[in-house]
Amino acid sequence: MPLYHTEDQAMLAETVTGFIGDEGAIKTQLRRLRDAADPAGYDPALWKQFAELGLTGICIAEADGGLGLGHVEAGIVLREIGRNLTPSPFLSTAVIGATALGAASDDVKGRYLPGIIAGETVLALALDEGAKHRPERIALKAERAGNGFRLTGRKDFVVHGATADALIVAARTSGADSDADGITLFAVPRDAAGIGHNAVRLVDSAMASHVTFDGVEVDGGAVIGDVGGGRALLEKVLAAGRIGTAAELTGVGSGAFALTTDYLKTRKQFGKLIGEFQALQHRAAHLYSELEIADAAVIKAQQLLDAGSAKADVMVSVAKAKASLAANLAVREGVQMHGGVGMTDEFDIGLYMKRDRALAEFLGDAAYHADRVATLSGY
Amino acid sequence: MSELEAFRAEIRAWLDTNCPPEMRAPVQDEDDICWGGRHVVFKNEAQKVWLERCVAKGYTVPDWPCAYGGAGMSPAQAKIWREELARIGARLPLSSFGIWMLGPALLKFGTEEQKVHYLTQIARGEIRWCQGYSEPGSGSDLVSLQTFGEDRGDHWVVNGQKIWTSYADKADWIFCLVRTDKANKYQGISFLLFDMTTPGVTTKPIKLISGASPFCETFFDNVVVPKSQIVGALNRGWDVAKYLLGHEREMISGAGGGDRLNAIGAVVHRHGGIDNPVLRAELALFDVDALAYAAMGEKFLDEVKVGKAHPAQPNMMKYVGTELNKRRHELLMAAGGSTALEWDSAETRGGAAPRNWLRTKANSIEGGTSEVMLNVIAKRILDLPGG
Repeated sequence: MPLYHTEDQAMLAETVTGFIGDEGAIKTQLRRLRDAADPAGYDPALWKQFAELGLTGICIAEADGGLGLGHVEAGIVLREIGRNLTPSPFLSTAVIGATALGAASDDVKGRYLPGIIAGETVLALALDEGAKHRPERIALKAERAGNGFRLTGRKDFVVHGATADALIVAARTSGADSDADGITLFAVPRDAAGIGHNAVRLVDSAMASHVTFDGVEVDGGAVIGDVGGGRALLEKVLAAGRIGTAAELTGVGSGAFALTTDYLKTRKQFGKLIGEFQALQHRAAHLYSELEIADAAVIKAQQLLDAGSAKADVMVSVAKAKASLAANLAVREGVQMHGGVGMTDEFDIGLYMKRDRALAEFLGDAAYHADRVATLSGY
Repeated sequence: MSELEAFRAEIRAWLDTNCPPEMRAPVQDEDDICWGGRHVVFKNEAQKVWLERCVAKGYTVPDWPCAYGGAGMSPAQAKIWREELARIGARLPLSSFGIWMLGPALLKFGTEEQKVHYLTQIARGEIRWCQGYSEPGSGSDLVSLQTFGEDRGDHWVVNGQKIWTSYADKADWIFCLVRTDKANKYQGISFLLFDMTTPGVTTKPIKLISGASPFCETFFDNVVVPKSQIVGALNRGWDVAKYLLGHEREMISGAGGGDRLNAIGAVVHRHGGIDNPVLRAELALFDVDALAYAAMGEKFLDEVKVGKAHPAQPNMMKYVGTELNKRRHELLMAAGGSTALEWDSAETRGGAAPRNWLRTKANSIEGGTSEVMLNVIAKRILDLPGG
């Protein structure tokens, strides 16, 4: 499989680039929602438009009414979301949520998938416990109660948690906090009795919840996949979410880079365009190289995942780490090369810096994934 | 079975029968590499047999046309050939600047007669070539070169000096940039080919910090070169050189693969372990970059095949690939500790680690420095302003 888009994928990219560039632009979405202190942090009308184009069903099987496409296609959408900093529940719902629900019973699928396909339902991932991503350790307890389970514990960094229709919750049904086994995934309605949301606005203006579960009772139908054997499904969901985040990061990096090279070609100092200075040219050229390589790592990991390759696991972490590092360099160099105006709210480059920070953290930062590459490589 | 699958099966079967077991091991020392040439000395019978069998099938230059000694493979077939070699860990039957550099230039700029004559010699490993580019006063600023060819009707008389001529003391022929018009900087250079045994050619090896002498100073004192031995048009040698530098950058960047691009953490772990968390972290971050760059190499080749790659992209590959290789060897030295300091002990295969480490420092100088690569990226890819 060559490492570039097929004709179909290129067509999708063209459609998505035009659509998100118009409808999801910084001014009309991110700035408008932020300035209005919008409680959701995204625009449901835009989510509906995503659905009209079929985008919300990209990762849903054809048998379930979706498009049955893969990570390459989801990544095309996410890259444009990243380039435009579009606030969207696409990653948490159409990628992470849809991947989890792919393993659910028909009953559970029926509760959520039609709504996702119609652009009416939003899901959130409730996984992290604490400020750093550490999915090897899951403490939130799910105890059997009647025909279902009772959930007790807390989750953090639940992006869109307070407005989502349901949370995909990773819970412990048996064993100790750090055991690989004993994990079960649940789809829990956002407003189930006993759930508490402390919604906070993040640096990139997205909304995330600290969620408390105080004996939340769910029926057996809330279970996704096997009881106690959810680790493999969780890994699959994480892979989808991580490569999706990496794709979005490449968009953030490329958007920041485009702003920066434009600025180098228009800003004058000392009677010259600042892009004439070799000190800046070399840094821009280095940054270009890093962004290109991050793109390559991401499409490689996407293709390996879509092909079900055993090599996908390590490559997903390579891609997430590399995309984080490259995009981070892009926003840091971007602000520095913009000089004083890079510090102002009026210029967009600072918005890229904020989104980069949030995405870098989501589902494991570069340090987490470099460590994971080492562990998977046997050292 | 698809055509390509059938082709793969055919290659696999051929390799199974024809690649000697001794040739299925990683290259350890310089003499494990077969460079061919008039004075070729084979390390062992297996190396000789492996070359002869590949020559007979055109496999030394699999993607060259059969008429010029190749096997006429399509890009997809050539990729399969490389994959199948890699699968059994087979060495290249023949390494040569003729294959990597002169060949592509001749395929693009040579006359039919030149192609038949020179390319088949290269394919059979009969002539070992060296490259005469840099001069003492013309390194990064190559186009300022001064070696001059005076027009004497049916031949030129060449005088001047080249430097950093790889293996000039072992080469049979040279492809050489020679000024043929002093009034015109860019369009006053010609691309000439001549025999290193021509009277007036002398070479002097340069001893490097690694202790090795792969490079020479090469002197031309009234060297006669017939007019038929020019590639491309008179005074348009810079076009050939630029094209060829692109190939050299790809080669140095290792875009074509090779184990030097692989992750190294697991290797270091197997050889003595990693007992320091900071070193482990550095290895992990290196492995992230190396594996990402390997994907870039694959993507680059895929894009080149269908004309999607930016023409200046080899500069980026060269820049990143060489910087990565230098970092790789810094880490291998750090992991090796005092053992990696031993310069000539038998246990360290004659100080392979420190000598290789020092060798890699040239990666980002030869074939265009990293700084020149960044200049080219800034101007040709990013379109940044200024001269």
